[in-house]
Amino acid sequence: MPEKPIKGEKRYFMTGNEVVAYAALAAGADIMYGYPITPQNEIMHYWTRLAPRYGKDFLQTEDELSAGFTTVGGVLAGKKSFTATAGPGNTLMQEPVSMAEAMRLPIVVVIQQRGGPSTATVIYSQQEVTMTTIGGNGEGFRIVYSTATHQELFDYTIKAFNAAWKYRFPTFVLGDGYQAKMRESLTMYDPEEKGIPIVPSEPYVGKPGVPGVDRPPGQYRNTYNVEEELYEVVENLARDFNAIAPEVAEYESLEAGRSDLVVVSHGVISRAVKEAVSELREAGASVGYFRPVTLRPLAEKELRDAANKAKAMLLVESANGQMARLIKDAAYGCKAEMIPLYKPGMGITAEEVAAKIRSILG
Amino acid sequence: MAKAVKIILAGEGGQGVQSVAEIIAEAANEEGREALYIPNFGVEQRGGVSVAYLQIGDRPIGSPKFLKADIVIALSDRAVYRTLKYVGPETVFVYDAGIKGVEDVIPKSARKVLAIPALQVANEELNPRVFNVIIMGAVVRATEVVSQDRAKDAIEKKLGYKFEKNPELRDLNFKAIDRGAELVTGLV
Amino acid sequence: MSLQLAMPKSWRVDTKPHKFCPGCGHGLVLKALGQAIDELGIQDRTVYGCDIGCSLLSWDFFNFDSIQTHHGRTTPVITGLKRANPNLIGIAYMGDGGGYAIGSQHLVNAASRNEKITVILVNNTQYGMTGGQMAPTTMPGQKTETSPYGRDPEKTGYPTQGPEMVAAVTREGAYVARGTVSNPRQLRGFIKKALENQIQGRGFSFVEVLSTCPTNWRTNAEETWKFVEKEMTRYFKVGEIKVPEPRHEEGK
Repeated sequence: MPEKPIKGEKRYFMTGNEVVAYAALAAGADIMYGYPITPQNEIMHYWTRLAPRYGKDFLQTEDELSAGFTTVGGVLAGKKSFTATAGPGNTLMQEPVSMAEAMRLPIVVVIQQRGGPSTATVIYSQQEVTMTTIGGNGEGFRIVYSTATHQELFDYTIKAFNAAWKYRFPTFVLGDGYQAKMRESLTMYDPEEKGIPIVPSEPYVGKPGVPGVDRPPGQYRNTYNVEEELYEVVENLARDFNAIAPEVAEYESLEAGRSDLVVVSHGVISRAVKEAVSELREAGASVGYFRPVTLRPLAEKELRDAANKAKAMLLVESANGQMARLIKDAAYGCKAEMIPLYKPGMGITAEEVAAKIRSILG
Repeated sequence: MAKAVKIILAGEGGQGVQSVAEIIAEAANEEGREALYIPNFGVEQRGGVSVAYLQIGDRPIGSPKFLKADIVIALSDRAVYRTLKYVGPETVFVYDAGIKGVEDVIPKSARKVLAIPALQVANEELNPRVFNVIIMGAVVRATEVVSQDRAKDAIEKKLGYKFEKNPELRDLNFKAIDRGAELVTGLV
Repeated sequence: MSLQLAMPKSWRVDTKPHKFCPGCGHGLVLKALGQAIDELGIQDRTVYGCDIGCSLLSWDFFNFDSIQTHHGRTTPVITGLKRANPNLIGIAYMGDGGGYAIGSQHLVNAASRNEKITVILVNNTQYGMTGGQMAPTTMPGQKTETSPYGRDPEKTGYPTQGPEMVAAVTREGAYVARGTVSNPRQLRGFIKKALENQIQGRGFSFVEVLSTCPTNWRTNAEETWKFVEKEMTRYFKVGEIKVPEPRHEEGK
């Protein structure tokens, strides 16, 4: 059995779903649990073809509740476990994710956003931002990476497994139907050959020795008897999450502190924004961009800095203000005026962004 | 640097527009260019028109889909209707000359409108099976996103295993590329 | 008194006395489970999952690794765990609401896939933790908080026949039985066989246990035993429902 799926660096041309399957292998994932839903299906298709060659496993479950909870079980057994879903599946996934959030279980969930609400389209959207960042009956103690390119899908899927096991919070890779289905080039590599250490997993249950004799039993719960007990648990979760936030938060920006207008976007839309901004900058416009890579936690300090220096921020997304809510909350009290460009469930092109920028700058 | 070339290929299921787009995209990638190809997919695709969005350039590609194409190739009457929205003043609109009853809807605002007899060439000169390869030849010549030779290499890569068993197939496919190219030579 | 020492070795002494109501059947089921585990000597590799409902009160009951999950979701958690590490012995412990209502799709599909796990489902004919609402197992005519005039089978169906359903969707290798807290020795035997079935890697094993809830039934000791022994057994037949064929060894 070959030890490593990828050796050396090589350029590939493939779909995003295929990229995720390879990246999970490269990250050392042991087992995937999944349930079919478009547009993430090919992650399972490629995983089920690749996995047995590397001694990895797969289970097709009866629904996304089960996919999420079996992933929880896999993690408890000490295996790097992941699942992938979209749309209504993500809705169901919020229940197991909230358990993982409560119990610090490092599950990895790949989301390929589709249209909403309801069944909507199987094609594309950025309408699962609210649900993915702060869904469930919890406080949003999750790490969410929003990718824009196939290279990032590869890089951040690997990073998601590492972050999950390092920080022990459920971790999402937030892609979308476009990224899932489109083909473009990327360079794949073995992370360790590139100096990216793989964070090891460890079992929560079933460790060596007889519980109660050689070691205390590993006993985990998410139900508490009194308010004070829960309050302490959530306070600890919040403290730990806030402590890692500056280390985890990632963003990208261009002249965000020196431009009149800063365009804010995330994920695949940031490609269009970058194109529009660079074109208009070449023409002399005072415009920059800010792109959060992590939607949870946000790079708040840098965002606030940009929002205090700019006259206005243009918030661009394929949703009716879901990213905007996160941005406005983080930038509360900053002086930039917030201007929307929302196209829920629709792609947005560089031409549309450029036209909007021109209309704002006059 | 020039902007990416934006291409729409649209046809009925089975006409092979997605394979054509994928092969061209892979050929461009092999040449070290930036390529992005995305099909329409999902509910609409079942029994609907198959649309391929293809962009090839020298810088990272922006959004995967686009509003106006540089070239639209429509291979059925439904595909003509479906792709009208991608036609702007800079667009070259190509459709198969065998499509009937669409003369009135063909966009007058396009930079150029070309009716090419690809289906006829496939049926009468070559083989109906290489219809989409003729289209590929036409796209490659019209856009110059990759060279004709590179397009042939890409076909070889994809279908080489079949050509090994039946070398005549190779000739047929290569001829289809050349004939497709001829159909648009000097017209775009 | 030497009778006090009958506590199974695998019980956690420091969490006793346990948290169940007086007269609750859970303690008897968990005693049978503890004894079976002691006899099989699998305390070191047992992982116990408990559901929401009164079963959650057992999250620190034993001296083995335990996970308290969500309502109905213990079956998939233990399934995922067992798939990731087949050396573990996975036990999913739940009530009738968790197994037959909110988690029924998990139970049916885990059984259909012949997951190598053991599910123990305690049937006390209503939702105990939430205050005595009607459950899939509520008896015809039985009064609960959501069937205050008695369960009307015309409107709400008949009690779910869980083991029979599981037996119907499993193939060879599965073990399915229904025990009762009124016969602890037999119950211990069923649970032990269910666990042995998993140890041998043969298939899904499922034991439903007829149990008591005097708190919500509002019964005294005599009425409680009468209900579990006489009333419940009219709909729920105690005994083994599916037993795997003896395995044929090579060369024998």
